[in-house]
Amino acid sequence: METLVSTQPVSDFAPWNNPGEVPLVHFDGVTKKFGDFTAIENLSLNIYEREFFALLGPSGCGKTTMMRMLAGFEHPTKGNILLGQGNLQEAPPHKRPVNMMFQSYALFPHMNVEQNIGFGLKQDKTPKAEIKRRVEEMLSLVQLEPFAKRKPHQLSGGQKQRVALARSLAKKPKLLLLDEPLGALDRKLREQTQFELMNIQEQLGLTFVIVTHDQEEAMTVASRIAVMDHGKIVQVATPAEIYEYPNSRYSADFLGDVNIIEGRTDISTGETASLYWSDEEAPLTVSTSLRLPAQTTAWLAVRPEKLRISKDKPPTSDNCIQGKVWDIGYTGNISTYHVKVSNGSILKAQVSNQERLADRPITWEDTVFVHWDKGAGVFLET
Amino acid sequence: MALADITTPSQETEQASVQGSGWRRSLLIAVPYIWLLVFFLAPFVIVLKISLSDVVLARPPYFPTFDISEGWQGFVAMFQAFDLENYVWLTEDTLYLKSYLSSLKIAFISTMIALVLGYPIAYALAKAPKEWRSTLLMLVILPFWTSFLIRVYAWIGILKKEGVLNYVLLWSGIIDEPLTILNTDAAIYIGIVYSYLPFMILPLYAVLEKLDYSLLEAATDLGCSPFKAFWVITLPLSVSGIWAGCFLVFIPAVGEFVIPDILGGSSTIMIGKTLWVEFFSNRDWPVASAVAILLLIMLIMPIILFQKQQEKQAEASQ
Ligand SMILES: Nc1ncnc2c1ncn2[C@@H]1O[C@H](COP(=O)(O)OP(=O)(O)OP(=O)(O)O)[C@@H](O)[C@H]1O
Ligand SMILES: [Mg+2]
Repeated sequence: METLVSTQPVSDFAPWNNPGEVPLVHFDGVTKKFGDFTAIENLSLNIYEREFFALLGPSGCGKTTMMRMLAGFEHPTKGNILLGQGNLQEAPPHKRPVNMMFQSYALFPHMNVEQNIGFGLKQDKTPKAEIKRRVEEMLSLVQLEPFAKRKPHQLSGGQKQRVALARSLAKKPKLLLLDEPLGALDRKLREQTQFELMNIQEQLGLTFVIVTHDQEEAMTVASRIAVMDHGKIVQVATPAEIYEYPNSRYSADFLGDVNIIEGRTDISTGETASLYWSDEEAPLTVSTSLRLPAQTTAWLAVRPEKLRISKDKPPTSDNCIQGKVWDIGYTGNISTYHVKVSNGSILKAQVSNQERLADRPITWEDTVFVHWDKGAGVFLET
Repeated sequence: MALADITTPSQETEQASVQGSGWRRSLLIAVPYIWLLVFFLAPFVIVLKISLSDVVLARPPYFPTFDISEGWQGFVAMFQAFDLENYVWLTEDTLYLKSYLSSLKIAFISTMIALVLGYPIAYALAKAPKEWRSTLLMLVILPFWTSFLIRVYAWIGILKKEGVLNYVLLWSGIIDEPLTILNTDAAIYIGIVYSYLPFMILPLYAVLEKLDYSLLEAATDLGCSPFKAFWVITLPLSVSGIWAGCFLVFIPAVGEFVIPDILGGSSTIMIGKTLWVEFFSNRDWPVASAVAILLLIMLIMPIILFQKQQEKQAEASQ
């Protein structure tokens, strides 16, 4: 796991916080329509050099469309995309310093694995020996050395995906677009490849944009994540920021598991707010700088692992709700307790399993107390 | 290996569903076999038999004839009368060799012209907007609605000295003297290419239409210009269509008789024409049959190649 340590972006890499920094890619109010259908709506975004930028969002939200615009296969209906200082629109796809790994792989069926991987280098008139060396390097990276002479139709789905990844990576482009590059790989191979990708990206100082449906993957590899919804960006921030400080229920829900409690606000002081979530019970207290008028609907988002659960009422706690254990989800290292509270909704509390299953004191139908600090959750107005 | 893995389950289910009704399956297979037997193998055997016979002034104009009333004896007698005289004759007179070679040459050149013309047309068809494609395809097939013979005759009106083509060329000032096209090899090429072009276009269209467009995107993404992408991606991936189109034009063009007869001059010899003369003018059925048998043998090679190609394609698309 040494690679892990060396590739973890250290907190001093944050060009997005530096107003003087020129972004590598700049989406400027980009709208993309297919007929009447708006796939991307007035989207503005900066991606900086050496970033590992992840696009996260449900199927059909426009991730591939964004990549295709960067690669030059689609043109914005409105707005501009700048690459470095230059307007990208004028460059045809084959003249852009951008390579893309296609979601559908798009491997050349009449060429073997080697030829597929070397294709881009050959177009650049790279010397034969150099092509050979780079192809071998890529083959070992994706662990496909024994398959070098196979045609794509003789490969499994995951092998095809790795060839596609190797092909897009072979030219070591300034900007690499990876559309779900690891989705078909098993967990172990996926994690290995993730770290290899991070290594390459770090060592060569490349910029990667990745689409993934695996939030864990996004959190592992990405310097920043853009959470998308219906052609719009909901939040762009570092994985930790999105996880700890989501700006909306949508992004809280998209990254990781979350309890969302709806209620009405009372006075907010600018430091804390109260949320009336049930007629019978005491309001919840949340630390927040948000100031909302009284009686507006708002939400509290709190991660399951931040909730504590006990059989006895805790002596002091900012928030405490009584409930009944409804279900227990066991995933080996952690257990998730689903607790039904007075208004019928379910709260999830995660506890790491330090004791064996049989020794655990809390079980089904037990009356328990779920409690957390006022700083554990996020107060949301949307 | 991977292929076998994929095909076995479907084959098994197929077999299982068919086994219950074995006789129906046999009947289904028998129909094409009977068809081939009656309309291909039987005529072939008759022609083969005539080609081994001698020419006589009689009706029918060959000997021996097969008389079923003479039974086994007659059958043996017939076999004893067979010889390869006619085939030997074909090698002695250079006319036949010349006809064969000339047919191959004309068929080959016509096929190449059809390919060069057909490929861009098929490409344009495949790239046309979806809603237009069926209409455009219809236009390619439309000439088949008129008789082949009439269409070839119509070319006389276009190609002759005082025909439409010369009229247009003279009128537009491109030429001063009318061109002599009719009754030359050029007219034959025009006729063959025109008649068989749809057979070139259709298989090419079929492969080009199926071509995955994202492959071209991937190629350009990796730094290949669109022009080069055509040569390294599109063309190699349409090879099966090129083969199919070429065979479909070449094979009938070799034996073509009507077009050289109607549009070609007396100096052009093609095997189909030679055969016609032998059969109808010289009334030498045995030699004509020998010519036909040799033509068939000559064409079997490309036909086998064609079938191999089709099999390979079917395998690859699985
Ligand atoms: N060529 C096209 N014509 C019409 N609509 C299109 C076209 N390409 C994409 N779309 C639509 O645009 C929307 C966004 O598509 P896109 O491929 O970007 O989704 P995505 O976020 O990549 O989804 P997934 O995660 O499933 O890959 C979809 O609703 C899709 O149907
Ligand atoms: Mg996509």
